[in-house]
Amino acid sequence: MNAIPVTQPSLSKVSARDVNVYYGQKHALKHVDLDIRPNDVTALIGPSGCGKSTFLRCINRMNDLIDNAQVTGLLTLDGDDVYDRNIDVVQLRARVGMVFQKPNPFPKSIYDNVAYGPRIHGMARDQAELDEIVMGSLEKAGLLAEVKDRLEETGTGLSGGQQQRLCIARAIAVAPEVILMDEPCSALDPIATAKVEELIDELRENFTIVIVTHSMQQAARVSQRTAFFHLGELVEVGDTEQIFTNPQHPLTQGYITGRFG
Amino acid sequence: MSDHTVKSYDEELAHLTNIIARMGGMAEAQFASALQALSKRDSDLAARVVAGDTRVDELEHEVQQFTVRLLALRQPVASDLRHIVAALKIGAELERVADYAANVAKRSLVLNQLPPVKPVSAVLHLAHLVQEILKDILDAYIERDVEKAIRVWNRDEEVDDLYTGLFRELITYMMEDPRTITACTHLMFMAKNIERIGDHATNIAETLHFLVVGTPIKGERPKGNTVDTE
Repeated sequence: MNAIPVTQPSLSKVSARDVNVYYGQKHALKHVDLDIRPNDVTALIGPSGCGKSTFLRCINRMNDLIDNAQVTGLLTLDGDDVYDRNIDVVQLRARVGMVFQKPNPFPKSIYDNVAYGPRIHGMARDQAELDEIVMGSLEKAGLLAEVKDRLEETGTGLSGGQQQRLCIARAIAVAPEVILMDEPCSALDPIATAKVEELIDELRENFTIVIVTHSMQQAARVSQRTAFFHLGELVEVGDTEQIFTNPQHPLTQGYITGRFG
Repeated sequence: MSDHTVKSYDEELAHLTNIIARMGGMAEAQFASALQALSKRDSDLAARVVAGDTRVDELEHEVQQFTVRLLALRQPVASDLRHIVAALKIGAELERVADYAANVAKRSLVLNQLPPVKPVSAVLHLAHLVQEILKDILDAYIERDVEKAIRVWNRDEEVDDLYTGLFRELITYMMEDPRTITACTHLMFMAKNIERIGDHATNIAETLHFLVVGTPIKGERPKGNTVDTE
């Protein structure tokens, strides 16, 4: 592992230096340098196959699950090398939670969905503490009012938007520092989407969020920083306002205005 | 820049530029006719200019409706967004230019009831400079020429200086022969209107710079003395 110094560790929660990902022979992510600031929502945008999800999956080592995937470069979380031999991946994923494109609640009760993580991480000493974590997480995910009378019902019985917020509650129950979201609203209707976006904005107070989205408008609405990927390279990163009013790179301009050939 | 994947979007943006170009041409023509009415003491022409102002207003209304439609339906970003916002702003500037032209025409109707006064030629001199500037900025808009826009922006000082000189000349003229006060006062307002047209051309230059480059023009606008304090 090479040791390029992280320039401003205090300013970034997650820091990537010369990160490359190979899927077998395919060079999927090329020399990415990117700093994710704490308590920001950072949106990763770009056409399909541009590497944005690949980058997202590097942060909590989800790429480890893909057989022929190889990651090089330095990726740090609060200055700690994420790919260090001594890192406990389970602990890492407790610090870096993830929400997926399709809501994927466990086929368990609403309560157990949220209690699952805290239980396996031994976060609660007794039932009262566990209750507190579950209720607090459902509250933070903006779901408690809708489900408090049916916590024993199965999570898969909720509507799509509720299921996604349940997954967010499940992710925040283990008190992560970073939440990764991979197109969290693509299966939701506009109202459920708005609720999740409002939630993202609230969660920003306590968490650092990285979101992959195909919706330009969503990136513009929810994020403070936007990074544009193309063919595995990070083309441009900047304040979201700048990216959407005055992008500096012609590729960014072409992509967000719908001029891609 | 290459075309949008959605062709109709390109057509709509081109249409927007077209309306602005037409509006610009119309405002220029209104201004030219108003000046001709003034120099030739042609009341019929002046009346036509006054009546013609509604057509410019209609075009501005069209720009407004069309930009709101594009904002709502296309959700433009980056250069497209700047293009659309700039059209909305430039449309409003051109509407004001045409208003001032109509105002000049209205006052020339009054002047035609009075004996001719000499400073008319000095007002026309100022007006010709402003006509040049207006033409340049409209060309710059069509060509998206930032350099030309910056040149227009810098020329506002010339207009201001000329206006200040004209102001003094009119006062001197009125002091020498108080019977010309009515006519000269009208000329003074006309000169002010014409100077304001120059200001609107400068505003268009600023908007054009933002449209093309994405940032405001750097530095203070060179400013002549527009208020005579004597």
